Amino acid sequence: MRLLMGNEACVEGAIAAGMRFFAGYPITPSTEVAEWAALRLPEVGGKFIQMEDEIAGMAATIGGAIAGKKAMTATSGPGFSLKVENIGYAAMAEIPCVIINVMRSGPSTGLPTSPSQGDVMQARWGSHGDYPAIALAPSSVSEAYYVTIKAFNYAEKYRTPVIVLMDEIIGHLREGIELPEKLDMEIIDRKRPTCAPEDFKAYKVPEGEIVPPMPGFGEGYRYHITGLIHDETGFPTNSMEAAGKLCSHLMSKVEDNVKDLIEFELIDVTDCDVLVLTYGGTARTVSATKKLAEAAGIKMGIFRLITVWPFPEDELREIVAKHNIKHVLVAELNHGQIVREVDRALKGAAGVHHIGKINGDILYPKEVLQKLQEVKANG
Amino acid sequence: MHKELKLTGSGGQGLILAGVILADAALMDGKNAVQSQSYGPEARGGASKAEVIIATGEIDFIKVQNTDMLLCLTQTAYDRYAKDAAALLIVDADIELKYHKPEEVVQIPIIYTAQVTLKRPMVANIVALGAVNARMNLVSKESLKKSVLTRVPKGTEELNEKALELGYSL
Repeated sequence: MRLLMGNEACVEGAIAAGMRFFAGYPITPSTEVAEWAALRLPEVGGKFIQMEDEIAGMAATIGGAIAGKKAMTATSGPGFSLKVENIGYAAMAEIPCVIINVMRSGPSTGLPTSPSQGDVMQARWGSHGDYPAIALAPSSVSEAYYVTIKAFNYAEKYRTPVIVLMDEIIGHLREGIELPEKLDMEIIDRKRPTCAPEDFKAYKVPEGEIVPPMPGFGEGYRYHITGLIHDETGFPTNSMEAAGKLCSHLMSKVEDNVKDLIEFELIDVTDCDVLVLTYGGTARTVSATKKLAEAAGIKMGIFRLITVWPFPEDELREIVAKHNIKHVLVAELNHGQIVREVDRALKGAAGVHHIGKINGDILYPKEVLQKLQEVKANG
Repeated sequence: MHKELKLTGSGGQGLILAGVILADAALMDGKNAVQSQSYGPEARGGASKAEVIIATGEIDFIKVQNTDMLLCLTQTAYDRYAKDAAALLIVDADIELKYHKPEEVVQIPIIYTAQVTLKRPMVANIVALGAVNARMNLVSKESLKKSVLTRVPKGTEELNEKALELGYSL
């Protein structure tokens, strides 16, 4: 058992997943990710580079991934805002990479040392155009480790940027973690081309595959990478047919595999008076609220998101219908973001309520209890 | 067992490190522990607070709600944090008590011990750890000592061991 910070556990998970390149720019409360990566990567033959700013950190991460490494960067809100342009590029060019965003209070530079979950919608819609998003939110130090491994697996399998939506609560939390000597988890590596270099079409999806194989730069496969609409060769085209094919491919590789991507935890949803949907650091407040709710005579169920994007809308709708749940309370550290997804998914099937906070403080169990009591009294 | 502790003082006094050492010692004893902190943007100065929860059961909520022990090493920290109730309040001898009668607190010369007796103000955090654990018996003395020696800079082991012992005797 080791005492590790959530930020440090992310790096341990990344290294276990095979991350061998990190490029970033330090920012509170994510700095320990960079520090730990700088310490650990040379021990495993990897490379760490501190870039001149967050944009360059994201660009170098994409470069590292194109060169054949599993690559990662880390930041917080202000830096994430800078990275979104290149995240869109990575989505378009199908570059696997992982971005850790340790959310702090915003907007703008906000409260650097205070927690928030205010970047959830930005993780989904931050860059322009239609592109898919995968984002995972750990709610313990151990989970930060496992979620980061999964993030790399998804990035490699679907050739797309994956975001780990940490928050300052978990990022800066130290608790005990048992780092496994032998990992009991599949590690997914991108497929490499097997054809002759002259026959290689960089963006041709082989029959039965989700994404095209990806060579490392310098391995003999010459190809073109662009943020413009491109055809199977990777070169730009104005063809509407090619545009439609590419954009549909980008979306469908996530939309058709939602079952593989979504993960959530359910606690006592049967016969609950109120189902509390939560994620990340706020989930710790919600689990502590459960004991208080029981003492106050409220049956509380918990739906804890581990995958935030794609949002498990069908599963939520099914659970609410199956257990005849009348009220869903969304607890998140913002002014109301995932609550919109819940509302959209449920289409009036249950009352949807929200508790959040935007003053830099976390939610306390007694506050969630009070909201539960209000919901129950009015329902 | 479930104990919630706050270690407060000024940024740079090493109170977050003290919290880490204590949490680490609790893990060595086979208990659960979480450690978190709140601090301002300053690297030195400003108010700094480290929180530690040590429990034999699972720890859901990570922040202190019912303070079993509050340590204040500076006047600013006392002024800011000591208004809230704490079952045990340990304050440095140089602090002027504004909200308490002397008999309501444990007032001991932590800073003096580090600065004058040991001539190294930087070990005040370790002196404090000794003083806290002597009164609370949160972790075994062996684990605390081992944890201190693992986390302090190389070459300062003897000094820190002495600081811990002096803390126990305060």
